[in-house]
Order: sequence, then structure tokens, then C-alpha cells
Amino acid sequence: MYETNKYEGMIAETVGIKGYNGDTVYAYFARPLGEGPFPGIVIVPHLPGWDEFYKETTRRFAHHGYLAICPNINQRFGHGTPEDVAAKARAEGGVSDDSVVGDSEASMEYLRSLPNLNGKVGVFGTCSGGRHAFLVACRSNGFDAAIECWGGRVVMSKDELSAGQPVAPIDYTADLSCALLGIFGEDDSSPPPAQVDQHESELKNHNKDYEFHRYPGAGHGFFYYDRPAYRQEQAMDGWGKIWDFLGRKIG
Amino acid sequence: MSGTGKGPNGWFKLQEANVSFDHPFNAPLDHAINIDFVNEKEGLGARVAVEITADSARRLVDAILAALEQGKKYRLEELESGT
Repeated sequence: MYETNKYEGMIAETVGIKGYNGDTVYAYFARPLGEGPFPGIVIVPHLPGWDEFYKETTRRFAHHGYLAICPNINQRFGHGTPEDVAAKARAEGGVSDDSVVGDSEASMEYLRSLPNLNGKVGVFGTCSGGRHAFLVACRSNGFDAAIECWGGRVVMSKDELSAGQPVAPIDYTADLSCALLGIFGEDDSSPPPAQVDQHESELKNHNKDYEFHRYPGAGHGFFYYDRPAYRQEQAMDGWGKIWDFLGRKIG
Repeated sequence: MSGTGKGPNGWFKLQEANVSFDHPFNAPLDHAINIDFVNEKEGLGARVAVEITADSARRLVDAILAALEQGKKYRLEELESGT
């Protein structure tokens, strides 16, 4: 718990990492000053990409004592304003699952290379980033906790599968390698409550360490304070659940 | 696509229009019809973006079809040739 007579400091900057396929990818890295050791967190962007919300969220994690890194998963689509790059990614059907997993693992390995990491790394994402967080936690063994906020298209019908997204993440549930925190709005349509139930049922079937929180009166993206979907009470409670979960699992 | 659009750096030749039903970047909606008129040859910034409600999109389609019908009466040849 922070008290006003404590020193605070943070550095947030762009770094380069060797991402998927050996490509150099930029990442936004925010970290508290001090020897640590600190837990680490990889923040995987949603479809709007490397946007201001995700940069601010990265600094938020650092403010709470985490080495926080957010890779630009859309980098193969080129450079421009985050919205223009994201529009290009959207037109191409989104970033491929292999690429997301590769860039997320590279971010995790970057954190593990640091002398002030406490040895634990989590992964976090919202919306399609929530889907990414769950996917990465299933396909990689290097994470100790995962936070999936309203991951859309974790459950996918066959006609939603594509070359870039060939497997529905729910079908990887048996491979989930760490504890999972799920946060959802009951009024969301992506994922709808029925898909959240299906997701939970699969976690139960495989005896996974998970906890799901469903918020009444909240729809899609209720953490986004710059959008009409923002729900202050539910969002702040959700952040409280995140700090509690991470404190227990990797803090 | 043949025509021009006006982006942040002025007019540019259009290459294609990308249309999606997805979360918008800016419009205060959960989902929107998103239309991006782009020309990637001129960079990712060569983009005219529109995010509208489904109802607005239907009205836009109707308005375009109505304009094309009108064009049939008066200037069909010009519309078809793109001149």
C-alpha cells in the first residue's frame, strides 16, 4: 500500500525486442524505479492496437509495481498513427494467432532477462487482447498468471476460423498453463454470456485454476474510460480483482 | 475502386474501400459499420474513415442507389465510364 512518505518513480519508453519470426518489434516498456524484485506483466493489445488506452494501462501496471511491457503486435502491417495501422490490420483480418503468441513470448522473455524481475510473469488483455491473453497462456509455458477481460471469439464457430486464426482458443483449454482471471460484462455481445458459460464449463472440465467475475449493468469494454461503455463502479471493482489476483499469483 | 478521397494530407486516388461491422475507434457505439477509403500505395495515412450506425449505413446504401438511378436518367454514360 502506497503512503505519501514513500519514494515513487517510473520510466516508460519504447524498446526493441526480437519478436515472432525473428522480427524486431517495438514494445512500450514501463517499470518502477528501484532494485525490485518486481513481478512482470505482458499486456497484449486489442484490435485498436498500440493505442493510448494500452499505453496508459501499461503505465498503470508499472505504477502498481509491475515491470510492464506492451508489444506492438500490429507492426508487420506498417507504421502510421495507431488507428491507421489498426485499420490496415482490420482490413487484413487481424493479426495471426502465431504472430501474437510469438510477440507475447518474446515480451515475456525480455522481462525474464531482467535482473529485477521476481521470476514471475503474467499476461493481460482486453477484448481481442483478452482472447490473446488466454491463447498465449494456453500455447506458452512461460506465464504464471493470465487475465482475460471480455475475450471475444474465444469461442469460435467453424466459419469464423481462418488461416491466421485456425483454432478456436477454447479448444486449447486443456493446455492452459497458469491460473486464469476472467472479467466479463453481463450485457456484452462479444462474448455473450452463453459463450462465457461455455468457456467456464471447459475450464471446469479440465480442472483448471480459474476465477470468473461477471458484472451486471456492464457491456463490452467497460474499463474504457474514453468510451460510453465505461462503467465506473464495475471497472474499479474489476481493477481491484486484478490487483488481488496478481498479488496472490505473482506478487 | 476508382475515384478520389480527401485525407489529412489532401486529395488522393482511392484504391479500395474496406467495410467491416466491428468496434469503432471513435464513434460512441459498441459496434458500427466502419468504412475506410484507402490507398496503401500512398501510405497507411491515406485513409478516409467513416464509422456509422447500421441504420445510417442502410440509409447511405439507399441514397447511393437512388443517386445511381438518377444518374441513369441523365448521365449514365459518364457514371459508368468514371470520367
